[in-house]
Amino acid sequence: MSLLQVTNLHATVGAQDEQKAILKGLNLTVNPGEVHAIMGPNGSGKSTLANVLSGRPGYTVTEGSMHLADADLAELEPHERAQIGLFLAFQYPVEIPGVSNMEFLKASVDSLARARGEDQTNTATFIKHIRQLATSVDLDPQFLKRGVNEGFSGGEKKRNEIMQLLLLEPKLAILDETDSGLDIDALQVVAEGVNRYKSENNGVVLITHYQRLLDYIVPDFVHVLADGKIIQSGDKSLALELEDKGYAWLT
Amino acid sequence: MSQTSVDDLVEARSEYSAGFVTDIESDTLPPGLDEHTVRFISARKGEPQWLTDWRLKAFAHWKTMPEPTWAHVHYPPIDFQEISYYSAPKSQADGPQSLDEVDPELLRTYEKLGIPLHEQAVLAGVVNANMPPAPSMGSNVAVDVVFDSVSIATTFKEKLAEAGVIFCPISEAVHSHPELIQKYLGSVIPQKDNFYAALNSAVFSDGSFVYIPKGVRCPMELSTYFRINERNTGQFERTLIIADAGSHVSYLEGCTAPMRDENQLHAAVVELVALEDAEIKYSTVQNWYPGDENGKGGIYNFVTKRGLCGGARSKISWTQVETGSAITWKYPSVVLRGDDSVGEFYSVALTNNRQQADTGTKMIHMGKNTKSTIVSKGISAGRSENCYRGLVRISPTAENARNFTQCDSLLIGGECGAHTFPYIENKNNSAIIEHEASTSKVSDDQLFACQQRGIDSEKAVGMIVNGFCKEVFRELPMEFAVEAGKLLEVSLEGAVG
Ligand SMILES: Nc1ncnc2c1ncn2[C@@H]1O[C@H](COP(=O)(O)OP(=O)(O)OP(=O)(O)O)[C@@H](O)[C@H]1O
Ligand SMILES: [Mg+2]
Repeated sequence: MSLLQVTNLHATVGAQDEQKAILKGLNLTVNPGEVHAIMGPNGSGKSTLANVLSGRPGYTVTEGSMHLADADLAELEPHERAQIGLFLAFQYPVEIPGVSNMEFLKASVDSLARARGEDQTNTATFIKHIRQLATSVDLDPQFLKRGVNEGFSGGEKKRNEIMQLLLLEPKLAILDETDSGLDIDALQVVAEGVNRYKSENNGVVLITHYQRLLDYIVPDFVHVLADGKIIQSGDKSLALELEDKGYAWLT
Repeated sequence: MSQTSVDDLVEARSEYSAGFVTDIESDTLPPGLDEHTVRFISARKGEPQWLTDWRLKAFAHWKTMPEPTWAHVHYPPIDFQEISYYSAPKSQADGPQSLDEVDPELLRTYEKLGIPLHEQAVLAGVVNANMPPAPSMGSNVAVDVVFDSVSIATTFKEKLAEAGVIFCPISEAVHSHPELIQKYLGSVIPQKDNFYAALNSAVFSDGSFVYIPKGVRCPMELSTYFRINERNTGQFERTLIIADAGSHVSYLEGCTAPMRDENQLHAAVVELVALEDAEIKYSTVQNWYPGDENGKGGIYNFVTKRGLCGGARSKISWTQVETGSAITWKYPSVVLRGDDSVGEFYSVALTNNRQQADTGTKMIHMGKNTKSTIVSKGISAGRSENCYRGLVRISPTAENARNFTQCDSLLIGGECGAHTFPYIENKNNSAIIEHEASTSKVSDDQLFACQQRGIDSEKAVGMIVNGFCKEVFRELPMEFAVEAGKLLEVSLEGAVG
């Protein structure tokens, strides 16, 4: 069975009276063990796809279907989608002042465990584990005590997302421009994190504008999303071609 | 007595778990207020003549006073003749001599509320399986319980007496310690202080009295638990705490009421006196019935609380977590008369649905080198109105006074209101006064970020709100801090879609 199956997906954004169609018949299949890169012009609907899959309020699916393994995503609340293994690394991670990173992550891990009918991890074990993960993405464990993303630099926020990916070990990871705004070293740290996460049981959807990231995380497929549809798919050489020629020749 | 069954009520509004009615026979004065009412209450308590006169003086003055209208709250005029000013469970007519004599129905009420009234079991170290210590409070808490107009039980009296601590119903203290009552009653909040304080002075029914002798650290937390049960009654309790020189006491107050469609009035007065080097820490978790989501019913909580730092280096600290009541009108204050005295006010006020709160503090600096700290956290959800009102007054005599005020508001949803009215009156140039304020919103993006990590939206709001209140919760005794956190989450149910 495929991990993610998106079929003829149409979605709109905005309030009921002024809905704007963004996704216009999108198809995508991700099998376990695969990395898919999604590229495409600004405003083509890449983040919208990530938001619709993860159930962000404000979007309406008007046609088509989306499944994670055998679960119909449309029937699940956002937190339930997360609980069955859907993870979104945000393009713009949000700050939650007053709630420490540590507390947030413990709540997250506990919710996922509860949903799976497992016991909560003991706090000491958890703290040890999360400290190691922080260090592994080059974040000082002191960051765990600070408010979620509170005052983090752009790069620190992105590394924090990858740390969460490693902590939660989801089935499907959607990374929305996690490479944007990273310096060369941070890019490598992030890529290394994603590669560490990758296994034959899970899948990765990488939304990116830059072929550079794909040097580090090698995709099995590259798709071009334009005007709410996938208009071209290929292997990693497509990314190089896009780098060369831009999108104009496709649209 | 209400015939509505507890189950129906609990089902009707499961969020307010303290909303049940206790089916107990009561001795309730018919509604109405005149001199006879005042005399009746005084006679019922067998009070000495001076106290009857004191009440009558307050009543005479109250009749001349207009109701205050300056607060940012709105409600239909209260008909003071429609309220019953005295209600006592019948079985308590002669007053319980020990817990064994307390009506078991009452004991069950408090058990349900998580208030341990079973000191024998705790003292003996044998916990009866049918009556485990309530998880919400430690077993090392002495409790006075006020049910409608009377105090029904004070636990750990003897253990406290060994330390010389007096902790008893104020109606009892009038007889057992008349000199203390006569000296201190109304010494911080005069009968004429304000409309509701005057009303309370005339008709106050019961409350707690605490005296900590010189140099004594009270060996346990003291606590009063207030409960309004009877319909159409007002609760007018009066608490007086005196910390003699060099003593120390921590006092906790909790309150609940059944859910009723009518509004009920609660007009309490709390007076604190801290002498030289003494310290009083007063914590409140206020969870009176807030009314339903459309604003029907609920308690009008119009309370006057003030402490006097009378001696040098004394300290009074108010910590309040206000989540209940239809309307809260309350400004726990400190008069800093002693040199080097310290006043603190830490507050969390949460309003949801149609609740209204106008709360804050007054810090009156009179002594030299006096210091005050105000930390106020207002959380508004639903269509509620939440208002901070505070006064920092530095008198000409208050050399080197310092105040730090921090006022933060958190909004949940787009239909609620938050307001701050910080007043400063500075008559001494040496004063340093700092004020910080912020307003923030729980954003949809924050909620979604939590949900995307598997945390449902109610838990997420709870986490964000608890984080926002951290500085205040830190000031609460441990057991209460946990309780307060849970209470916030419960009070916010339905605040997010
Ligand atoms: N909440 C919204 N309200 C109105 N328009 C929206 C909303 N969200 C997205 N859009 C519009 O939908 C279109 C697709 O946006 P989306 O963020 O999915 O693009 P993207 O492909 O991720 O672009 P980028 O590469 O710049 O990140 C844009 O035109 C955007 O303005
Ligand atoms: Mg985008």
